[in-house]
Order: sequence, then structure tokens, then C-alpha cells
Amino acid sequence: MRRYSAFAIAREAARYHTGWERAWRSPAPKSDYEVIVIGAGGHGLATAYYLGKNHGITNVAILEKGWLGGGNTGRNTTIIRSNYLQDPSAAIYEKARSLYETLSQDLNYNVMFSPRGVLMLAQTQHEIRGYQRTAHANAIQGVKTEWIGPQKVKEICPIMNIHGPRYPVLGGLWQARGGTARHDAVAWGYARACSDMGMDIIQQCEVTGVEQKGGVVTGVQTTKGRIGTKKLAIVVAGHSGVLADMAGFRLPIESVALQALVSEPIKPCMDIVVMANTVHGYMSQSDKGEMVIGGGADGYNNYTQRGSFHHVEETVRALVETFPIISRLKMLRWWGGIVDMTGDRSPILSKTPLGNCFINCGWGTGGFKAIPGSGWGMAELVAKGEPGPLTAEFGLDRFTQGRFIDESVAAGVAH
Amino acid sequence: MLILECPYCGVKADETELHGGGEAHLKRYGPGSSDADFEGYLFHRKNPKGVHFERWRHVNGCGKWFHAARCTATLEVFGTYPAQVTAPPKALINKIKKKRPDWEGWT
Repeated sequence: MRRYSAFAIAREAARYHTGWERAWRSPAPKSDYEVIVIGAGGHGLATAYYLGKNHGITNVAILEKGWLGGGNTGRNTTIIRSNYLQDPSAAIYEKARSLYETLSQDLNYNVMFSPRGVLMLAQTQHEIRGYQRTAHANAIQGVKTEWIGPQKVKEICPIMNIHGPRYPVLGGLWQARGGTARHDAVAWGYARACSDMGMDIIQQCEVTGVEQKGGVVTGVQTTKGRIGTKKLAIVVAGHSGVLADMAGFRLPIESVALQALVSEPIKPCMDIVVMANTVHGYMSQSDKGEMVIGGGADGYNNYTQRGSFHHVEETVRALVETFPIISRLKMLRWWGGIVDMTGDRSPILSKTPLGNCFINCGWGTGGFKAIPGSGWGMAELVAKGEPGPLTAEFGLDRFTQGRFIDESVAAGVAH
Repeated sequence: MLILECPYCGVKADETELHGGGEAHLKRYGPGSSDADFEGYLFHRKNPKGVHFERWRHVNGCGKWFHAARCTATLEVFGTYPAQVTAPPKALINKIKKKRPDWEGWT
């Protein structure tokens, strides 16, 4: 693989850009692999990448039903933060955030990580207490966050109306080193690096069955035929339940639709990410100038990647109150993704009842920010067969033991 | 927009008038059951991509709980029925089977 560099751009400019290589190969599947990863989204590709980079396992296939990065990786609002309350969450999300800082150099691919800062607004007394508590917890965990008052909020985000009639802004939890990254580039960068290590990324290849012998996985049936494997990693987000059913076990997961929308592009007006959980909306401005807006999840099981009107109305109404300048903006695009929700709103990175089969799912409404950390931990789990320090608390057994990582109530995050 | 007919008051209510209550007809395991059964009852869900039986509450209407059969892949609604049953009515199951010959049936 030729490296991308300023020199490469100059070289290609001199020969009319005829020398660029394809970023990754599209090979036919081999008959056997050491590891098969199902799902070529961010988490699946990151898992494969760190299997190769950290554990030297490169005989890996990544199977993708649709196209690479076309699921939730291409549908999220690209927010990166690690200001979680519980220790296991803070550890894995902070690992991810810190990996994002050097990901472009690591992958030789510009993922456009922009540590512009993430602000979570407190608009009720309950939220003030919750976020102050989170700030203290973060201080102990070594995650740099700060509680700031309404004047500071206005200073770092001048377009905000902090004196809204229903929910005035009372302060916020500020993580200066959070931000955004280019979601497609994260998938593409990992894919290019995986392909460079000799891994096979096989798109348009849907898994239709999981083969097992004596309680151990032996291969998968796909729309491109049978492929054998010693180890299987299921990393498919919304369709985790469908894959688990093929592998013969059930998950504590329900799949629902989460939606987002973007406005027409406007001149730069907001250089941070703002989340307002009481009124249920969050917003940032993309490099193209579009306001990227995320809303709430639907309240029922759903596999259709569509939004619903009343959710958009609720979200936009709330944001117009907080950001009056967006009231005349036209919305350009609107889409939904299928997110896999667990009972405690924390992910599952775990061994499964099927031998040598591992699952990474349950990231719910907030998976993008975790991609590098999730891949790092999952690769260790798959390579060694046992969870490492990042993933030990995220096993399926926590539901038997009642050992939840309760982020849904404690952190006041948007769910 | 999802529209369900409340089997009690007969109102065709859209989803803003309703509240989803998750998978229907769960078998309850309580004290004395095995850990695995209790865990399954509390957390494990079928979460199918296809026919799903679920609980709904007509919150901004008559307030009653009821059941609905719905496809999670297309949002097609097969029917609704009252809450006081432990399994879907036969007629509804037959109706779904007719529409979806590949459906594995209610288990």
C-alpha cells in the first residue's frame, strides 16, 4: 500500500492523479480463516485492525451484508466524548477518545478528528446535580471534564439562548477534548489498514447461518457460500439479535430506530457540540456547514432504517428554543439507524454460550465514539479468548449476576 | 406513522397517543426459579426481525393496556387484541400465517 502524504499528492498532481491505488481490495472469500468478523462497520473493522496490529492475527475476513460503513457507522452524528459516570464506561470510552487523537497518524488516513469540545447542558436542578457528580467522578477516573456556569456556556456558544422560557440553561458539563470525527473516514481508514495487513473485506456477503460442532463454532453460511473459521466475532449492532438467533442464543437486547437530520449548509456559527438531554436534542456543525441534529429513539422494536415525524418535531422544537437562529433553516436530509439497546444502556463485549464465538453489541445510541476502544478490547477478547481489563465488566454474565453498569439513569445521557 | 386500533375504545390511535410496553406474553419466573430462567424473564427478548407480539398502552386515551401483532421489518400491523390473555388469539395467528407463509409461528 502506498502511503498518503504531501509528497504523494504532489507526485499524483504531476501525473494527473493516475497513480492512486484502490484503498482496499475486494477479494473472493477463501475457504477458511482464523477469525471471521461479521459486520464491516466501525466496530467490526476496528476489531479486525487491532487483531492484526496488537495480536498479530491477520488471517481474518470481515463479512458485510451491505457496503462497508453503510450501517450505523454512516448514520450517526459523529460525536466523541468520554464523560461517563461509571468506571468501566469511562475507561473504555476514554481509551477510544485517546485513540481517536492519534488515529489519523496511526492509520495514515485523515479521519478529521476535531476535538472542538462537547457541552452537555444542564436545564434542571436534577441535571446540575447529576453533571456535577459526573465531573467529580471523571476527575477520579482521570477524564478531564469541568462543570461550568451559564455565563461560560454563553461565552463558548454565543448563539445559544440561555434564558429560554421553559428550560433556561443553568450550566453544563464541558469536555474540552471531546469533539467529532468524519464517520465514513473512520470506517474507510480502518478498512484500508486491514486490507493492507492482508485481511479480506468481503462486502455484499450476508451471513445466513452459523455452523457449530460440539458446542464450538466451525464456520458460517453466507450468500457467497460456506466459510470456515476457528473463531467468530459478531459485531453487527442493530441485527445482533438476528445473528445471535443463528448462533443459538438470546440476547438482552431490543432493536429500535434512532434518527438524525441535517440542515442546509450555513456559515460557521457554532464550533462545539451541544447536547441538551432534558429537551432531547443535540447539535453540531459539520465542516460543510450543515447543522447536524440528533434526536430520541423510537419507543418500540423496529428494524426499518427510517425516522418518524413526531420525533423530528420534538427534537427541532426543543433546539429552536435553545438556538433561535436555526428557526428558519431548511432541513435537507433525515435518516434512521437501528440501534441495539440493553437494559442498563451499556454495551456487551463478551464470550457467548457458543464456544469460540464472541459478541460485541449493545452500544445503543452511542457507539461511534467508542469505535477504537471497542475494537481494541474486542480484539484482545477474541485473540486471548478471555476478556482483558477494558472488557471484563461488559460480559453477558452481568445480567445473571445483576452487576449492571447503570448508565441509563446515572449519567443522564440521551437515550 | 404507526397507527394501532385500541381494542377497548375502538380509537385508531397514532403512536404519539400510545406507549410501547415491549414483548408480550412473557412467562414470569419469580422466587424459586433458576437463575437462568429469572434472567431470561427479566432481560432476554426475542427481538425478531419480522412478526412481533407486543404490549401497548393507550396512554393519551382510555389508558388501557392491550396487545398488538406487528412486523418490525415493515411496520405492518396484523391486529390488536385485549390484554387478558396469555397467548395470541388463534384467528390472528392464522391471519398472519396466511400473509406470511414463511413465518415460523408463535412460540
